[in-house]
Amino acid sequence: MAITAFTGVATSTDASPRRKKSWVALVLLLPGLLYLVLFFIVPLVSLVITSLQVPSPTAFGQYDTAFNWQTYGVVISTYGTQILRSFLYALLATIFALLFSYPLAYFIGVKVRRYPILQGLMLVLVIAPFFISFLLRTLAWKAILSDDGVVVGGLKALSLMGSQDHLTGTPVAVVFGLTYNFIPFMCLPLYTTLERLDVRYLEASNDLYAGTFETFRKVILPLSLPGIVSGTLLTFIPATGDYVNASSEFLGGASSTMVGNVIQSNFLVQLNYPVAAALSIILMAIILVIVSLYVKRSGTDDLV
Amino acid sequence: MAGADLELVGITKRFPGFTAIENLDLVIPAGSFFALLGPSGCGKTTTLRLVAGLEDPTAGRILIGGKDVTQTKPFQRPVNTVFQSYALFPHMTVLENVAFGLRRRRVSDPIAKAHDALRLVELDHLAARRPQQLSGGQQQRVALARAVVNEPALLLLDEPLGALDLKLRRQMQLELKTIQTEVGLTFVHVTHDQEEAMTMADTVAVMNRGRIEQLGAPEELYELPKTAFVANFLGQSNLFTGEVIESAGDTIAVDVAGSRIVVPKSRAARHSGTVTVGVRPEKLSLLTTRPASTAAQNVIGAGRVIDVSFSGVSTQYIVEIPALGSMIVFAQNMVFGPVVDRGAEVWLSWTVDHGFGLEDLPDATAEQSPDDLQPLHATHTGSAAAGSTKISA
Repeated sequence: MAITAFTGVATSTDASPRRKKSWVALVLLLPGLLYLVLFFIVPLVSLVITSLQVPSPTAFGQYDTAFNWQTYGVVISTYGTQILRSFLYALLATIFALLFSYPLAYFIGVKVRRYPILQGLMLVLVIAPFFISFLLRTLAWKAILSDDGVVVGGLKALSLMGSQDHLTGTPVAVVFGLTYNFIPFMCLPLYTTLERLDVRYLEASNDLYAGTFETFRKVILPLSLPGIVSGTLLTFIPATGDYVNASSEFLGGASSTMVGNVIQSNFLVQLNYPVAAALSIILMAIILVIVSLYVKRSGTDDLV
Repeated sequence: MAGADLELVGITKRFPGFTAIENLDLVIPAGSFFALLGPSGCGKTTTLRLVAGLEDPTAGRILIGGKDVTQTKPFQRPVNTVFQSYALFPHMTVLENVAFGLRRRRVSDPIAKAHDALRLVELDHLAARRPQQLSGGQQQRVALARAVVNEPALLLLDEPLGALDLKLRRQMQLELKTIQTEVGLTFVHVTHDQEEAMTMADTVAVMNRGRIEQLGAPEELYELPKTAFVANFLGQSNLFTGEVIESAGDTIAVDVAGSRIVVPKSRAARHSGTVTVGVRPEKLSLLTTRPASTAAQNVIGAGRVIDVSFSGVSTQYIVEIPALGSMIVFAQNMVFGPVVDRGAEVWLSWTVDHGFGLEDLPDATAEQSPDDLQPLHATHTGSAAAGSTKISA
């Protein structure tokens, strides 16, 4: 989604009429276009059709083609809480990941710029978690945050948690898991922009009476906006639809179910395909609206 | 409004592995246009960055208008810099760039003042543009406006014209000078371009290896260089090293490989022992017959013209004189084209009063100006230097 939002500008400029070698571009574009048609347009259409189906009167799990748009209303009234919760959790995770990643990316990209080996090492540390399946990593966190784990034990010993309190299965654990899992996705785009940040702008800002904080607010932050936008999109979009962290088999519980869990359950457990499809489409539509407003508002074209 | 004195007291700056500035003392009076001239790596930009507060000195004190600012941060100093790279903020319009410093200091009506500053550099019509939409010369002027608008006690210019082409650079030199006169600020201009330093500044300090070699008005530095480095970096010189053989009246005579060269005592730093004397190439006259020797003239020769290069206003001749080496002669083109051809036998003469005597002896490494700075003259300066070292050897 983010990608289509960004390429919209690029294609419109290419539309100059009758370019001689336009067929070369067309040939080169063909595999990509085919891919998009086969794996994006076709499934999307099929998803819309599925969402409008009605249950077959004869067999459970069978659906007949119809135009039953009422499903959307039913879905919103039934799962409204989970939808809202998903966006709230994703928003929180995005904010926490940004607050955590920005100083880290700034340190790696600007402060240790003069020591390339250290810089490379620190980048490897950011990427290192990718070498282990994120399911395993999330399970590991479940063990760490479990009731007999060291974190809960420690917090209880400090009386910060009551004896009946848990961490796993709570919204705190889910948001924590989301934040943790998406930090590299936030960190890397931030790093790429900050790594190119020209420190001479900071000197100029300092020279023009701006202190450390004002330099950050007026110069560093606006100049790193492209990284912030891509990092937040790469975190927010997948986090909204995430169903692993909030699953009760991992860090979530009944009170922290997200829309991804509902879709999964409807598709794979209850075999209620229209509801699952309608949920997916609603989720997609809301994300699309939020992201386009966000990209428009942050005005990144000026900066690239 | 008027600028303030800048005083550097015993400034030393060491970086890991080398010393950029060694025990530098310098006073720049308020309202002057001061140029720090020197080759790359001589410490001139470091000096500027120390004054701006972008670097901390290893030792010494910096005073602006009598106030010690050594320990203060750049944003606390009444100093603004026009950076070599301009460093205009790409995410702001030209107007916002200029208003930046005013806004940070909560000056009233920053927009109107920024417009005034842009009018001063004749760019007000481009106020709404982004810096990257401007040409190099326009960006340079925005950078200047952004600094001048704050009315700093000191305006530091870090080779601001380095990125411009020659014609634009000449034009900007004049504009800068005009603006300095108009606003009356103290300008400290760092450059490696000797012509730029001489045309713009009231006072020029020639820096080399972290030290100031000589300081003075441009004419003074040019007409009476004190060291071999200054003689060769600021313009070109023909240098001769030899023993003082006679010190009578108000002149000294030096024996240079058999030739007798006379220099006024008032223009010579040392009057005995082995000394280096010199003369500027445009002070030399090229003669095709041996002139009659007089007390007021030095004559050397005969030599052979080994190179003639025509440069419009003047012609440069390289004359190889046995035992003395290569001499450079600039002759005004009073007639059409060169007066002698390559291979011609010539004598060189100059008025005794035009000679100068240096404090030091030329040292092969110090006097070479970096080749990239003046590609046109570099080779000739090199050969003159080689010539003069040959004599001292």
